Amino acid sequence: MTSAERIYSYFPGCTLATTAVDYDVSGRAVAAALGLELREVPDWNCCGAAFPLNAENVMNFIAPARALIAAQRSGHDLATLCAVCFHALKRSDSFLRTHPEAADRLNAFVTEGDFDGRVTVRHLLGILRDDLGWEVVSRHVAAPLQGLRAAPYYGCLLLRPEAEMELDNPEAPRVLHDLLQSLGAEPVGFARQAECCGSTLLVSAPGANQRLSAAVIESARAAGAMIVVTACPLCKFNLDRAQEGRPAAEQLPVAYFTQVMAAAFGLAEHAGPAFPLRAAA
Amino acid sequence: MRVTLDPEALHGPFVREIEAISEQNLLKCNQCGRCSAGCPLVEEMDLLPNQIIRLAQLGLETVIESQTPWMCASCLMCQSRCPKGVDLPRIMEAVRQIALRRGESRVLAGQVEGTLLALAPQMAIIAALRRGER
Repeated sequence: MTSAERIYSYFPGCTLATTAVDYDVSGRAVAAALGLELREVPDWNCCGAAFPLNAENVMNFIAPARALIAAQRSGHDLATLCAVCFHALKRSDSFLRTHPEAADRLNAFVTEGDFDGRVTVRHLLGILRDDLGWEVVSRHVAAPLQGLRAAPYYGCLLLRPEAEMELDNPEAPRVLHDLLQSLGAEPVGFARQAECCGSTLLVSAPGANQRLSAAVIESARAAGAMIVVTACPLCKFNLDRAQEGRPAAEQLPVAYFTQVMAAAFGLAEHAGPAFPLRAAA
Repeated sequence: MRVTLDPEALHGPFVREIEAISEQNLLKCNQCGRCSAGCPLVEEMDLLPNQIIRLAQLGLETVIESQTPWMCASCLMCQSRCPKGVDLPRIMEAVRQIALRRGESRVLAGQVEGTLLALAPQMAIIAALRRGER
């Protein structure tokens, strides 16, 4: 397969279009460098943000279903970067495929087309691993991240539930580890690498949220990390916020995996404020 | 604490309501406690996650007064580790739904702190409101 054939629909989502533009821009830049063509879904809307755990109300699936229907027409896999969008879209797709009566009710309501279950929702990390392979990623490295002890932080929504997300084993995830290794960095696993940052408790229970995020940072620090690497804008926000007010030298920088890739690919303008990385104490 | 059990409640409307919203069979849980052992928010909770299921199994409506469902971040650690295949985050959502239907909103758009509204990821605000507003 030539690189020109690697075409994906791309769903940025609300957060990447606004407060996490750096994730979107760095993601598009590294995808382009690797010959992956991301075609933004036309006229997309919010994915709904929270996957509806209440199966009773089909209305809750309208937002993610509209995004899936919009992507259906392209005939390409639907690529995402935001872990929250990935989770909401992937699980909504799975729910509607396994609940045909709910899909029928939804199709009667949505006017722009029917959900037909033909889109495969992917995360860029899975695309890198399964469609390109780590060797191909390695070949694009211009400035290997030698000596960078990077903590891969998976969080929750990217991996769980494993059977629906189809990305990695939540108890022993590898995909971010392997990416970091392919960039020349040294991945350092840590105890809380797949534990929750507090998620939306940010809004409803900020104290608990702060304690959880601080625990994740301390866990990564205890493992000897110089940087925390994430695929989720909410994890990044929470982890940064948990360190506010600390002296700069005591803060552990948090970067999107796409920014770490940009740093390794020599795309310094997309690497974000964590790079070039200050020497850690 | 004395708890009075009512055999009628075991198969009563409250149990049926939770099971309908969550699509879960509450009696599948045999109280092994693995959910509570792995829950990262357990220290913030007044009842342990497995206790929520136990009270719900018995039809005890006091579960809707617990803070526990509101401290659940839906991180799915318990769901992924449950040896009986119980989707506890869905049961937590059912309890929240019933509490909201009978009571007041827990999160209101007008009450989100101003700096958070301006700076927080959009999906965090949307998700929190979808979860906590009536």
